[in-house]
Amino acid sequence: MKPAAFEYVVANSIEQAVAVLAQAGGDAKILAGGQSLVPMLNFRLLRPAILVDINRIPDLAFIEDVGDAVKIGALTRHHQLETSPVIAKHFPILSYAMTHVAHLAIRNRGTIGGSLSHADPAAELPMMALLLSAKLHIISGRGKRIVEAREFFLDALTVDLAEDELLTEIHLPKLPPHTGWGFEEVARRAGDFALAAVAATITMSAGAMKEARIALTGVAPTPVRASEAEALLVGQKSETKLMAHVTEAVRAAIEPETDLHASSDYRRHLAGALAGRVLAAALQRAGAT
Amino acid sequence: MSGRHDIRVTVNGVVYERAVEPRLLLTDFLRHTLGLTGTHVGCEHGVCGACTVLLNGDSARSCLMFAVQADGCTVETVEGLGRIGKLNPLQQSFHEHHALQCGFCTPGMLMTATDLLKKYPLATDVDIRDGLSGNLCRCTGYEHIVKAIRAMKAEAPR
Repeated sequence: MKPAAFEYVVANSIEQAVAVLAQAGGDAKILAGGQSLVPMLNFRLLRPAILVDINRIPDLAFIEDVGDAVKIGALTRHHQLETSPVIAKHFPILSYAMTHVAHLAIRNRGTIGGSLSHADPAAELPMMALLLSAKLHIISGRGKRIVEAREFFLDALTVDLAEDELLTEIHLPKLPPHTGWGFEEVARRAGDFALAAVAATITMSAGAMKEARIALTGVAPTPVRASEAEALLVGQKSETKLMAHVTEAVRAAIEPETDLHASSDYRRHLAGALAGRVLAAALQRAGAT
Repeated sequence: MSGRHDIRVTVNGVVYERAVEPRLLLTDFLRHTLGLTGTHVGCEHGVCGACTVLLNGDSARSCLMFAVQADGCTVETVEGLGRIGKLNPLQQSFHEHHALQCGFCTPGMLMTATDLLKKYPLATDVDIRDGLSGNLCRCTGYEHIVKAIRAMKAEAPR
């Protein structure tokens, strides 16, 4: 339960961090909040030669309103997101979701960049990035690029991030007016990883649903958007008559696993039930009823 | 490949300067290097909460960070709260409400509760239970711990 020996490098700038990553040729890991990485090191599931600590890079933790979007620095801690007035104003669903992320001691340390890069199949932030169409800003010695959240999550614990790349910023495009939201999660205990969680937004226009977004976590190797269920809702006035079709489409969009905590069938059932609740909440908040 | 790093950490108001191997967990630094054995070690992978300390005032699992990361930081452990014969109000409340039996989880419970009381209104017992969900206790059934924290809230600013 003790990590193998490693070389420890404190990065004082983004440039320095990516330079160390490039030189290490795949044998370095970024140390941000450490709340997922350090357990893996303690178990020796990972034995990197170098840890690059980015906690002392100035200006990598911020939440900034830039007009049509909110920019979030990769080193922003979960508890900062949970309590940020900017997030509460523009993404109340994210403020609420953050209260479901682990426990306070973990939220004090864990970072958004770390959670997205780690991509646990049952974590909340990858689902929220997918729901909110986040744009992920990535840098390396080879240059910068921007990846859409829907293209970032490739498989369980696997994302579109090369060994020499660092996620630096997350941009969340603001939601249109008349958008309501819903979020429901079921876990064995408060703070545990989700057995299933569903998040949704609905945007109303002229009395009908103009856009619906439904994202899920804990029910597939990566977070999932239930695109077919979303399409069923667009143009409709309420979800009541459609609900059986919508929950069926949500259940068809996922491939839950059976583990110690819940069976695949239970997770699939749960996902549909939670989808029904979050859509009703989203419609109500959007002012549809 | 993993030479020692000189660090300077303020623990419970006392400044310590030590040279540490990078892989030394903060927990082991506190217990073995400094001899502050009040911080307990349970699971060593961030599940049980026994090793919770305050890092720059915020609760953190000391098994999920390295001592070298605490360079320049302040750390508060259970030893900083009070001592036998001079318990702090939260410790006194734990004592009065029988909030501990074997005592193994208690340091982590106290440090977690200190941060919870600072950051959340804890309006209901459900809020307190949710807040404690990252700290495992195998003796008390949590009931008395919840009562001890509830009593702190009841005695909050009048």
